[in-house]
Amino acid sequence: MSAAPKWIPPGIGLLQGLAVTGKNFIGSFFRADRMTTVQYPEERVTLSPNSRNIPFLVFDGGDPDTGLRCVACGICEKECPPQCIYIVLDRDENGKSLKRPKVFDIDASVCMNCGICAEVCPFDSIFMDQEYELSSADRFKGLLFDKATLAKSATYHAKIRPLEAAAVAERKRAEEAKRAAAQAAKEAKAKADAAKKAEAPPTISNARPAGGSASPPDLSPTRSGQESDPPKSTQPTAPEEAP
Amino acid sequence: MSPASAPTFLETLPLLPQRLIGDALRSLGIPEAFAAAAETAVAAIIVFSLFAGMFALLSLIERKVLARVQNRPGPNRVGPCGILQPVADGIKMLTKEDVVPVSADRLLHFLAPVLIVIPSILALGVLPYGREWVPVPATLGLLFFFAVGAMTELSIFLAGWASGSKFPLLGAMRAIAQMVSYELPLILSATAVVMLSGTLSLPEIVEKQGGWTLGFLPAWNLFTPWGLVAGSIFFIAGIAEANRCPFDLPEGESEIVAGHMTEYSGFKYALFFMGEYLGLFALSSLGITLFLGGWQAPLPGLGFVPSYVWFFLKLAVVIFLFLWIRATFPRVRMDQLMRFAWMFLIPVALLNLPSAAVWHYAGGGLMGWLACGPFLVLPYLALTIHFNRKLAQSTRTYRFAE
Repeated sequence: MSAAPKWIPPGIGLLQGLAVTGKNFIGSFFRADRMTTVQYPEERVTLSPNSRNIPFLVFDGGDPDTGLRCVACGICEKECPPQCIYIVLDRDENGKSLKRPKVFDIDASVCMNCGICAEVCPFDSIFMDQEYELSSADRFKGLLFDKATLAKSATYHAKIRPLEAAAVAERKRAEEAKRAAAQAAKEAKAKADAAKKAEAPPTISNARPAGGSASPPDLSPTRSGQESDPPKSTQPTAPEEAP
Repeated sequence: MSPASAPTFLETLPLLPQRLIGDALRSLGIPEAFAAAAETAVAAIIVFSLFAGMFALLSLIERKVLARVQNRPGPNRVGPCGILQPVADGIKMLTKEDVVPVSADRLLHFLAPVLIVIPSILALGVLPYGREWVPVPATLGLLFFFAVGAMTELSIFLAGWASGSKFPLLGAMRAIAQMVSYELPLILSATAVVMLSGTLSLPEIVEKQGGWTLGFLPAWNLFTPWGLVAGSIFFIAGIAEANRCPFDLPEGESEIVAGHMTEYSGFKYALFFMGEYLGLFALSSLGITLFLGGWQAPLPGLGFVPSYVWFFLKLAVVIFLFLWIRATFPRVRMDQLMRFAWMFLIPVALLNLPSAAVWHYAGGGLMGWLACGPFLVLPYLALTIHFNRKLAQSTRTYRFAE
């Protein structure tokens, strides 16, 4: 600031300031584009695709009970920084995992909307919602969201986050195709083996079919050889079969 | 502006209730002294309720204007266009808990908000609102106005002291320093008007501003060289006296919470606001009376409009100016505030007194303008040179930032 200040007669600066505010005052009556206020309950802005609030669970198809993608693996529960997620794995009478949550609760009063649960989920089953009118008259029960409240359809996900939902659908399709190919290869190999078996006398074979996975194909997406898939890096962990 | 032989009905309309009641009392055989007292009481009630209503309206209009300057719609939820917002505010204020700090002096803490409203109401009583409408025609009205106006400082300091807390005390000390400093230029600028009018009676001061120069320009005091200077000083000092932005240091919410009002809540807080706004009305009204011709019409041929309409139109314009200034300028620093009063306003106001004398002896008109011109131009030039030199010298040094 070594340069000499521009010569302004005293008082002119004040008038210039008054002119600016005066222009805004008059302009606000004549130009609608000046008014940036959104009259909230009546008007709403469309949220940006990346805006996020409370998490929700995605289900495919029409039924939230059977279509839920969640397998109750508990990764989100472990990763959640404020520990607002509570999951109980559903089991049949023999104690075998049914690979679905019996209880899935999120305490909205604790959740800090960080989105880590959605990031770590290997099953594309939990995403961040854009619902922001969450106020409740009951500060305990009203803010504890259970499985039924959290479950929302895949079409809803496609509506609020089209890009993310499209990427998920694309990934699912690729997995499906890969699985079908693996299945075909497995069947071909089995056929070849059967043919071989018919020729040679049977011996004890412990060779496993190529591409075969320990977990059931409909729940565990095979990840090997999918390095081009950007958002998911965590290896899927299937829920433990027995405690 | 021919002097009307008999005032029209519209002109005397605001006086109707007090006359009716006075006549009724006299016809009942009540002694004259009581009837006159009742008349004055009715006149005071009318003025007070009028300005209380205007205070409610202004609290909404202020928010609306400030919002518009910032390209917002302002309060628009309560009633059509938010017109019922003052009612909602009032209900909110009334239903709030009245908190008195443990360390506060309970009696003084209660008295301060009451005492801040009284001087403003008293000051509003002596102002001439129309040709016929003067609630209390006092011969020493101007003196009375400043005498009761000085009480405002006391109640603000009372509030600060009685709260027993640091922010109110800081705010009160700022208020005392500021209001004592700015009372001087305020009174000095009014003195110039008194010198040329030769009277302290406010209705007479307005009468003297009647007539036209060059056939169209009203002969208001503002349109004389000394009146221009005195009016500007009065306006600036009035902003400071009314504790308004950019001189709202006693409140200074970003520095000292709310100044003397920090420890007040509920209706007491509302009373402070009311006192502040009534003081603003009173000062603006006095400024209009002294410099803007009071109830005189702004153009010839408009005499058929009741005179008090002009007064309140002028009041609206002046109040809007206050709002505009609040929306524009940031708060000044305490040292800037004090330097401005003592090193600029008071010297210029003092210099303005000989200017008024010169105008008087030059007989006004072109001669007067030529003779008074130096009193206008010289301070301005001196200031230009002074401020520019200061601006060139001052290189801002940052001790903690950068």
